[in-house]
Amino acid sequence: MKLEKFLAQLTEIPGVSGYEGQVGKVIEEAFSPYIDEIRKDNLQNVIALKKGTGENRPSIMLAAHMDEIGLMVLKIEEKGFLRITSVGGVDHRTILAQEVIVHGKKPLHGIIGAKPPHLQEPDERTKAVKMDDLYVDLGLPEEKVKELVRVGDLITIHREYISLHKNRAAAKAMDDRAGVALVLEMFKELEYLKHSVDVYGVATVQEEVGTRGAFTSTYGIMPDLGIAIDVGHGHMPEILKEEDTLKMGEGIGIGLGPHVHPKIFKKLKELAEELNIPFQIEPSTSPSGTDAYAIQITQSGVPTALLSIPLRYMHTSVETLDLEDIRTSARLLANFIARIDKEFVEGLKCF
Amino acid sequence: MLLKRLTEAAGLPGIEDEVRNLIREEVKDLVDEMRTDALGNLITFKKGKVAGPVVMLAAHMDEVGLMITYIRSNGLLSFKPLGGVDTRVLVSKKVLIGPDKIPGVIGSKPIHLQVPSERRNAIPLSSLYIDIGTENKEEAEKLVSIGDGAIFDTKFAEMGEGCFKGKAFDDRVGCAVLIELLKRDYDLPIYAVFTVQEEVGLRGGSVAAHDIDPDLAIIIEGTTASDVPGISEHYHSTSLGDGPAISLMDRSVITDRRLVQGLVETAKENELKYQFRRTSFGGTDAGSVHLTKEGIPSTVISVPCRYIHSPVSLMNINDYETLTELLDKYLQKIAKGGF
Repeated sequence: MKLEKFLAQLTEIPGVSGYEGQVGKVIEEAFSPYIDEIRKDNLQNVIALKKGTGENRPSIMLAAHMDEIGLMVLKIEEKGFLRITSVGGVDHRTILAQEVIVHGKKPLHGIIGAKPPHLQEPDERTKAVKMDDLYVDLGLPEEKVKELVRVGDLITIHREYISLHKNRAAAKAMDDRAGVALVLEMFKELEYLKHSVDVYGVATVQEEVGTRGAFTSTYGIMPDLGIAIDVGHGHMPEILKEEDTLKMGEGIGIGLGPHVHPKIFKKLKELAEELNIPFQIEPSTSPSGTDAYAIQITQSGVPTALLSIPLRYMHTSVETLDLEDIRTSARLLANFIARIDKEFVEGLKCF
Repeated sequence: MLLKRLTEAAGLPGIEDEVRNLIREEVKDLVDEMRTDALGNLITFKKGKVAGPVVMLAAHMDEVGLMITYIRSNGLLSFKPLGGVDTRVLVSKKVLIGPDKIPGVIGSKPIHLQVPSERRNAIPLSSLYIDIGTENKEEAEKLVSIGDGAIFDTKFAEMGEGCFKGKAFDDRVGCAVLIELLKRDYDLPIYAVFTVQEEVGLRGGSVAAHDIDPDLAIIIEGTTASDVPGISEHYHSTSLGDGPAISLMDRSVITDRRLVQGLVETAKENELKYQFRRTSFGGTDAGSVHLTKEGIPSTVISVPCRYIHSPVSLMNINDYETLTELLDKYLQKIAKGGF
């Protein structure tokens, strides 16, 4: 399946942390033609394996999370309006007047509303509407709502994938379905390359609530080397400093910092330079927030790296990226895999 | 479906072309005369069988949205609201820009990089821009121009029970009612006017009324419904499903008592649901129409809509249908006995 088509399909499916089932199914189907084995672990991580050549093969794990942030029904109010809370880091200012799908007994279309402007004091307009004051309107009478919706039901933003100019696109859940798409592109590239290592491509669960899927999937695989693929803050002129962000369309960000093994970083960087694949260096001082956090400290420890797809407006429903960054980095990753062997992997333990 | 086509079309104040063309196509075989005036109002006329009273029915074609005011060197677009838009509803939305409907998104600073206090305040207009995926001014200028309008990209669809969601219900529902009425025949001479620039100060209505000089005017609107959580019942300006809302007054007009009475009586006689609009907030074309020439008796009747002036509103289809029936019966009534 073509990258854009897959990404469009994947981002439109609901899959809030802990409820990734539908997304996992689509990923399994898409990965299957390119891999040797696929399975799910107890947390519902999707784990695909493409075997390398030879005996006593080392293994590499690539992890991208398939869960997305979302909302949950907190209370059914009089007249059937729903009070809500967030799952993962939702900026409540990004969900006002947003169309949503409430995943009740059947998917229900809803609108997130708040106090109408004409009933607000003039100074209220400069304040953010609080999560407590937001609600979902289903256009249904109370009895019907109670029949179809339960407290705890999940809510996702209703957003169709948007193709922007040239290679740019916007959608919800690009974080981190774009990473999953990158893993698929990498598997496709590997069809044309010889590799001695076993390659595990993992679509992890529950990253947004604490990189939980990465803990169990890494434990199960126990790879010799792990690379987390996530999104990184793309440059937003006048809002974020250029030095704190990745440029859009200028290649993947190769993470650098305590959570990244220096030898993997060096190899990735040198390979990108050798193959003329665009890349950027993304320094970070702490290992927080991505699957790399979990992979690195599983069991006896795993040499880990982090790749970040530049992405603007993270955790909104219009997360924007450049498809070219996915394509070029898939090539980098496939070539990296083709170049590593037992010797390289053993060297990672020698400091 | 007429409402779908009307609400999904673009029609910003002063840039009503797409809606006007759509309506013109829709009504051309239904009316005796049709013309546009200097501002772009679409004025249609059905002679009827009697001399008067001459009725002007009006609904505005324009919707609130955005205007591109600057193309930045980095390819991002600056914009300002065109009509009354609460900037808080713009964050994390998709828009379509200009006649070619170029898609763009309005993003915001990621939550990860905010300090908690930032989240208490609304994101100011100055921190918002539209991203169409271009990297520089030259690239962007090939796709959009300064002055282009931007509309929300919202699909019209059935939702919940007897409800529809979509954009621009204020006032495409009024336009749809007018078209429905033009399909029927009345004894009265009727001008059905699709006005421009209501959202930027009731500009089109008075100009049309001046030329037509009707004996009475009825403005058909989509109005705010505030029957939502956290709002005491006495603040419910209108309620969805309780029938069309008859205005007594708003910020721009005190409606003609005879017309209000006539509509109420008609509703009662025909057992049609109605409600009064229970707020004086907002202005309508009646505001400028009733002050035209030596004064024109005017009133307003509306379909209640939740979340107007935002990317997506919600209406009850029964309110819309009842409004059409009520006006139909009222026009028949005053054809016989005046108003």
